[in-house]
Parts: sequence; C-alpha cells; structure tokens
Amino acid sequence: MSKEKIILTLALTSLFFFLPLFLNTYWVDVLNSIGIYAILALSLNLIVGHAGLFNLGHAAFYAMGAYTAAILNTHFHIPVLWLIPLCGLTSGLFALIIARPIIHLRGDYLCIVTIGVGEIVRIALINNVFGITGGANGIFGIARPSVFGFVLRTPHHFFYLIWIFVCVTIYLFHLLEYSRCGRALNYLREDEVAAEGNGINTAHYKLAAFVVGAAWAGMVGNIYAAKMTIISPESFSFWESVLMFAIVILGGAGSIPGVLLGSFLIVGLPEAFREFANARMLIFGAAMVVMMIFRTQGLLPPHPRMYDLSGAVEGEGRG
Amino acid sequence: MEQFFQQLTNGLAVGGIYALIALGYTMVYGVLKLINFAHADLFTLGAYLGLTLLTSMALTNHLGPLWGTLLLALMVMGLIALVGALLDRVAYRPLRASPRLSAVVSALGASIFLQNTIMLVYGARFQVYPQNILPKAAIELGGLSIPVVRLMVLATSVIMMAALYLFIQKTKIGTAIRAAAIDQGAARLMGIDVNRVILMVFLVGPSLGGLAGLMVGLYYGQINFTMGWNYGLKAFTAAILGGIGNIPGAMVGGLLLGIIEAMGAAYLSMAWKDAIAFCVLIMILIVRPTGLLGERVAEKV
Repeated sequence: MSKEKIILTLALTSLFFFLPLFLNTYWVDVLNSIGIYAILALSLNLIVGHAGLFNLGHAAFYAMGAYTAAILNTHFHIPVLWLIPLCGLTSGLFALIIARPIIHLRGDYLCIVTIGVGEIVRIALINNVFGITGGANGIFGIARPSVFGFVLRTPHHFFYLIWIFVCVTIYLFHLLEYSRCGRALNYLREDEVAAEGNGINTAHYKLAAFVVGAAWAGMVGNIYAAKMTIISPESFSFWESVLMFAIVILGGAGSIPGVLLGSFLIVGLPEAFREFANARMLIFGAAMVVMMIFRTQGLLPPHPRMYDLSGAVEGEGRG
Repeated sequence: MEQFFQQLTNGLAVGGIYALIALGYTMVYGVLKLINFAHADLFTLGAYLGLTLLTSMALTNHLGPLWGTLLLALMVMGLIALVGALLDRVAYRPLRASPRLSAVVSALGASIFLQNTIMLVYGARFQVYPQNILPKAAIELGGLSIPVVRLMVLATSVIMMAALYLFIQKTKIGTAIRAAAIDQGAARLMGIDVNRVILMVFLVGPSLGGLAGLMVGLYYGQINFTMGWNYGLKAFTAAILGGIGNIPGAMVGGLLLGIIEAMGAAYLSMAWKDAIAFCVLIMILIVRPTGLLGERVAEKV
C-alpha cells in the first residue's frame, strides 16, 4: 500500500470512531450489528473467498463460541472477555473434528455437509444437550463484560469493543492474505491440480483456512453473548449462515473492502428501509441470482495481485 | 411388534415422499452436476398450489374424492413443471458456461427468492388442508390397522417411481437424458439436443416434487412456507444415500431414509428425529461418498 493510502485509511478510520458521538442509541446499535456481521463475514471470507470452500453452516461455529462463553460465564463466573481465546479454541477444534474427514469432498457436497452440521448443532442446542445449553429458551444472565474495571453497558460502549475487534481482524486478515499461506490458498482456489503439482499440500491448507475461519467466528460468538447477555438457538439458524454467505458473495469473495461493503449493504440497508423488512430475504435471493449472472465476482472484487518486478529485472541485467 | 410394523409402514410412506423429491435432485444433478436448492421450494409451492386449487375449485365435490384428487394432482404437476422450466430458463441457463459453484449460489438465491415469495403471498402461518377429502378408514392387516391414506401415499409414490423408471429406460427422450448424464459433449455430438434434455429434466423433476408437496399436504394436513427446507435437505440426503445422479438409487435411498428416520424417532428419541437424517448424511459422505449405488464424488486430483 502506498503512503497516501495508508494515511487516508487511518484518517477515515479515526473519523469513523467519532461517529457514535453524533448518533442516537438506535443507529449505534445498527452499527454494532454491522460490525459483528462484518467480522463473521470476514472469517467466512477466509473459507469461501480465499480457500473456495462453500460453508453454509458458519452459524454453528458462531454458536459454539457464544455458548462456550455463556456456559462458562454463568456457571463459573469467569469474566466473559477473558474467554475469547477459549471460545476460538472450542470452535476451531469443533471445525477440525468435523472438517477433517470431509475436506476432500467436491465443493457442493461440502456445502451440504456444512448445512447438515449447522442443523445438527441447532437441534442439539434446542434439545438441551448434556443439560447445559438451556434448551429452546437458551441461556440468560451472562455478566456484563468489563475492560480494565470499566463495565460495558450501553451500545456506545460496545461500539468501541466491536469496531476495535473489526480493525484488528481486518489488519490480521490483510497480513494473512499477503502471506505465503494466503497465496497458497488463492492458488488452490484457482487451480487445485496445479497447486498440488507445485508442492502445495491442498488438504492441509484448506483445513487450516476452515479451522481459522471457524475459530474467528467462535470469538465473535463470545462478543455477541457479552453484548446480548441472553443467547438462544434461534439466533444461530440456517438463515444466519445464509446472511453471512450472502455478504461475502455479494460484496466480493476474497476481498476485504468488498466484504465490509457487503456488511453495510446487507445488514445496514434494511434498517434504513424498515417498511420493506418482510421482503428483505426476497431481495437477497433475487440479488444473488442476478449477481451470479451479471457480476459473478461481487460488487468489489479483489484486485489482481501486483508485484514490483523492477528489482528482479535489474538483477537479471546485471547478472 | 405392532409398533415396529406401524413405524415401518409410516417410514415407507414418508420415504416414498422423500424418494419423489430426491428424484428431482438426482435428475438435475445427473445432467447438470448442480444441486438445485430451489427444488425444495418447488415442493412447497406444490403443496400451496394444491391447497389453493382444492379450496377454490372444489374439484372433489364435483368429481368425487378419487377423480377429484387425481385431477388436482395432474394440475399441480403441470403447473410446477412450468415453474421448474421457468426457473431453469431464468436462474440456471445463463450460467451453463460459468463455474459450477456460481450456479450453486444462483440456486441458493432462487431458493431464498421462491421461499419468500410463497411467504409474502400466502403468509407465514401454517395453512390447513381440508380434512374431509380422503377416506379416514383404516385397513385391518394381520392385526395391524393401517390408515388408507398412508397406503395411498405409498402406492402413489411407487407408481410414479415405476413410471419414471420406464420413461427413463424405454423412451427415446429417456435414453437421451441418460446419455446427457454420462457425457454431455458426446451426447451433443450424437445429435442429442442437450438443452431439450435439460428442459425435460426441469419439467419432470419439479412435477414429481410438486406432487410430493401435495401428498404431504393431504397426508399431514398442514403446510408451512419453510417446510421445503427440511424435506429438501432430507430428500437430498436420500439422493446421496442411494448415490446421486442415479435414479434407482434415489428411490432406494428415499425409502431407506424414511424407515431409518421412523425407527430412530420411535426407538431412539423423537426430539432428535431431524438430526438423524443429517447424521446419516455425514456418515455416508465419510464412509462411502459414492452412496449405495452411485458414482465417484471425491474430487479427482
């Protein structure tokens, strides 16, 4: 990134963080949901956009994180934000266990299996599995989180928690995208046979992307549980997975700005047009079809990778 | 023992419905290698159209229960076949040359669109089928009393499966469908109009799905706009269980899944009934991804 671009990004970001001072509670809460979906979609983007694995059960990992946080917080009174790494770990482990045997399946089969896993998790939560998930009512009474002794209560407080997490996520995923691992993922998404021919262990990288994406969703689950103080299985239905998937596909699979734009459009826009709330999913559905026909790559597709070859060419001339 | 046989017949009836829906998935998958997510919503649409036609035209009053229901079934099948063909034309045909996963996303979008259209038109609440159409009687069979409706559902699905099997095996267009499923390019070189084959698949598959929807309405008495999602996923499981792309496989898979589910609900746990099918799905994909009678599905690398 050029210097001007970095300065511009930092300036816009800091402006964004002053926004809650001018907005009422309702709109700050909308921004909070946008933030939560943005992180979820960014984590799903790693799986769908970079590795090219179709995951329509992302809500299951989100739920794992949220329930881990809720159960440990209500039973053992561990401060909820301390549980973030543990939530990531449980979701990641769960993803590893279920994805390991099926990762080699053809894309559309994987898609069906992830739907199945999402449903199994939801049914398990409703049926109060092991007697700890509270059944259809869910878990309530999760303690308010506190940061250095400051208790987060209002949407304005959570705005900072969530959007700082969004910024950290963007930064880390940006680094990941331009790392060796990110290049390997893109390669195997474009041409699996060629990638394997060049010595990339495709199953290993696919699994890594799946697990990291799932673990990240688990951490968001923690934040969600902390924000709501009540969680129930209906918050983790198949439609949540579809919503995240739609954000990634419509925004631009594999592109961080695209996914952010997608979250603002898909989560934010319906709030601005509340009278059409019933038709929201109808419009998504139609948009997905139209998008696939006319603009498969999404609204803001990733830029082709650019490499500065001037140094290499010079080196060749000298040699 | 009586409970066992009751569950067995019940499982067979539900399995017959799964099999009819699964046929639609497997035919489309066989020719296009596409999971037609919207198929489940065509099934729901069949149930709703059946209800509308039933209440608005009062066919069963004019023609008697048997002929009335038969005509109703034909009308529903015809209408859903048209919707299926339209769906292909709008959502899938422009994507024939695109990567396969784009078509999957389009199918998912079409499914969401159809489901929400049904919700906006008919409302989100459960709709109830009139209960006086089919006979309430039960047949005594060796100490078992089996409702006639259950037998009718099973008989209808078996007849439709047999008809489809003959259609695929014996007619010219059926042969063309099989050829296109094996190798589209080669089929085209042999002078088969592949677009016509695909159109045929999108007429026949959805019409069977629509019929299944009508049968669910008549058998269970109430329908909801989201029911296609559950039935669709289970029917897809049935298709994978039998081996996707394989027509007899879908029939076997459907009946088998119906029985597994009924037995699981009776002897394991009612609350986990819906999860059983998904567990079967995952087990099958881990242990034998080709299904019982199917082709290879692991990515060839």
